[in-house]
Amino acid sequence: MPSYVIAEKCDGCKGQDKTACQYICPNDLYRLNEEKTKAFNQEPEQCWECYCCAKICAQQAIEIRAYADIVPMGGSIIPLRGTDSIMWTVQFRNGNIKRFKFPIRTTPEGSIKPYEGKAQPSMDDIKSQNLFSEIGKTLPTPAKS
Amino acid sequence: MAMQTQETSHFCKEPQIEEVNTDILIIGGGMAACGAAFEAKRWAPEGMKITLVDKAAMERSGAVAQGLSAINTYLGENTPEDYVRMVSNDLMGVVRDDLIYDVGRHVDDTVHRFEEWGLPIWKAEGSEGVPLEKGGKPVRTGKWQIMINGESYKTIVAEAAKTAIGMENIYERVFIVKLILDDKEENRIAGAVGFSTRENKIYIFKAKSIMMACGGAVNIFRPRQSTGEGMGRAWYPIWNAGSTYTMAAQVGAELTMMENRFVPARFKDGAGPVGAWFLLFKAKAMNALGEDYTVKNKDMLNDYLPYGASKVTPTCLRNHQMLKEIKEGRGPIYMDTPTAMKNLFESHGNDKKKCRELESEAWEDFLDMCIGQAGQWAGMNIAPEETMSELMPTEPYLLGSHSGCCGIWVSGPEDIAPAEWQWGYNRMTTVSGLFTAGDGVGASGHKFSSGSHAEGRIAAKAAVRFALDHKDFNPTIAQDSRQLANEIYLPFINYEEHKGLSTDPEINPRYIKPRMLMFRLNKIMDEYGGGCGTHYITGKAMLEKALELLDILKVDAQKLAAKDLHELLRCWENYHRIWTAEMHLRHILFREESRYPGFYYRSDFNLIDDANWKCFVNSKYDPKQGQWSVFKKEHKDLVPK
Repeated sequence: MPSYVIAEKCDGCKGQDKTACQYICPNDLYRLNEEKTKAFNQEPEQCWECYCCAKICAQQAIEIRAYADIVPMGGSIIPLRGTDSIMWTVQFRNGNIKRFKFPIRTTPEGSIKPYEGKAQPSMDDIKSQNLFSEIGKTLPTPAKS
Repeated sequence: MAMQTQETSHFCKEPQIEEVNTDILIIGGGMAACGAAFEAKRWAPEGMKITLVDKAAMERSGAVAQGLSAINTYLGENTPEDYVRMVSNDLMGVVRDDLIYDVGRHVDDTVHRFEEWGLPIWKAEGSEGVPLEKGGKPVRTGKWQIMINGESYKTIVAEAAKTAIGMENIYERVFIVKLILDDKEENRIAGAVGFSTRENKIYIFKAKSIMMACGGAVNIFRPRQSTGEGMGRAWYPIWNAGSTYTMAAQVGAELTMMENRFVPARFKDGAGPVGAWFLLFKAKAMNALGEDYTVKNKDMLNDYLPYGASKVTPTCLRNHQMLKEIKEGRGPIYMDTPTAMKNLFESHGNDKKKCRELESEAWEDFLDMCIGQAGQWAGMNIAPEETMSELMPTEPYLLGSHSGCCGIWVSGPEDIAPAEWQWGYNRMTTVSGLFTAGDGVGASGHKFSSGSHAEGRIAAKAAVRFALDHKDFNPTIAQDSRQLANEIYLPFINYEEHKGLSTDPEINPRYIKPRMLMFRLNKIMDEYGGGCGTHYITGKAMLEKALELLDILKVDAQKLAAKDLHELLRCWENYHRIWTAEMHLRHILFREESRYPGFYYRSDFNLIDDANWKCFVNSKYDPKQGQWSVFKKEHKDLVPK
């Protein structure tokens, strides 16, 4: 189910040093046609259908068309990802539509303070088996048989 | 490759060479690497530099890029001993109890951090809103699994890692292709080299210790779902190229259980997850005649005692039972989703709101972690409450964190591992200063996402300790940096030198494009290495033939050609794949039994032989001599089974 770019909607992420889809694709599939200032999927048969590009595109210019050699035509799955939830629209080949909404995170984006409220471990503990957030805890070991 | 022909060539030459000196280098950006960054920074004294390099963007890299609908390892009320017993039995008895126990005793702390950072974890009735760490009860699908709303699982975990070490210490879109040994000290890691996939630039990293975790291996075997446009729909992430195993092997790190593989039986064509359907919705799988083949073929398990007699049948043996039906023509195999949904609806008195919630949960399972399967259902007009879905085992994958256990032989925790399984630093490979985690650690499966993160933390803490103990070490790389750059850019050189010969650069007798090289590898592995094409059956003569063909492929790989940085990425990924494939074949050839029926069969040794083979098979490549050795290593149980 390779992702593709809707020509009319893509603006090549104008004014940015890289396009969002190029930034995010875990498999390096996106590329910008500089002449047209439109992005395109340069290797559709290596697309994992992870939808990372579709989720991140601010123009909603990226959709996924089911693998032509596997899936009958006409269905689609469209994500709309917000900051705390995602809405999915599932359209079936027969035209039926289902919508689902799921939470995605309980804290604001960018708010993580990984060490807040966690004691700084003493270097005396570097040889222990405890991770830094487990200092003071007695770790179990297997009972000797 | 569907390259747009109007694109101009992006040939790069004379790359800029940047040398980065650091204390701890983390290679990879997935769950294990994120755990490593998070833990390492907390232990590192002021001035100790931690650097991370990822071939993609951490926000969505690694196996969890798409999200997950469950955390498969959370111990909660279970003991680490129980966890060891489960993993050992599922992996047919040959695992490292010390490593598994260690993951088991740390993993919950990691899951608690995920929840603290913002990952929504489903709670049982009565403990809604109570964090797990404060006694909240998760919704369990099985003894070990808990349900989550995991669309943003990776973005959350990556945010914590990025914040911990700072973006100024992170190199994204840089693909490390090779580790470098120290020139002065024997068997000591000195650094790693790679290239930017965005600009004309080579990177040489020098470090006191390295934690490498770049995932497992996909696209080794010919993909089952499709060899056309749909070949991207691999079960495991398609960008996992065996880089972890190959780069470790090339510097002489000892490997273990590289014969192990995982063949997931999943929803057909989309490779969608079956765990929630089996465990949460209590669905049954059946053959085309409506027979439950696990009941019908129960006696088949008696051939593989004691593993076949366990309460939970090992994953490979469940495949073994299914394969009998497929081979004898009683397919398609189905997951009976309508009956499961009907029973669930009835158990809630057909309450409309509850039914709608259950339907939503069924879809979320796919939408959180395998959206392609939802697309498959949409295209086929499948509503799970009305229509059954087909199941099918996929092509084999090599990995060490899911239901497989191939990987690198590492030092175990000092307070658990017997003397012969430890050499000072937890999760250090047999190469001094080189650590690994997640898919990288062998003989220790069923870590999944949470266990990989926990293991990254364990490894990173030890890597910091190693760097502190070797404060005065200055890595020395013998090779000239320009020479290293030329080696990395060889596919560019090949392309430029010969592209003028033909009118179409895709067809040229002087070089091979990475895509075709991968197809050759896939063909060899499928036909001779026990792929789907032979129902996972192989034997001595077939393995020897495959090794012979791989030798030729390795020679031809010197003629790989890339017209741009994207193809250069594919060239190196596929080169890594060849090495990983070779290790897999060498190990299967050495182990003269069939340890994992349902994952692969040795036609010439078609049973489990505990008397001779209840042992690890390890291997080592000698980088000086260019030779492999494969050998047995004694197994022992630390937890009574």
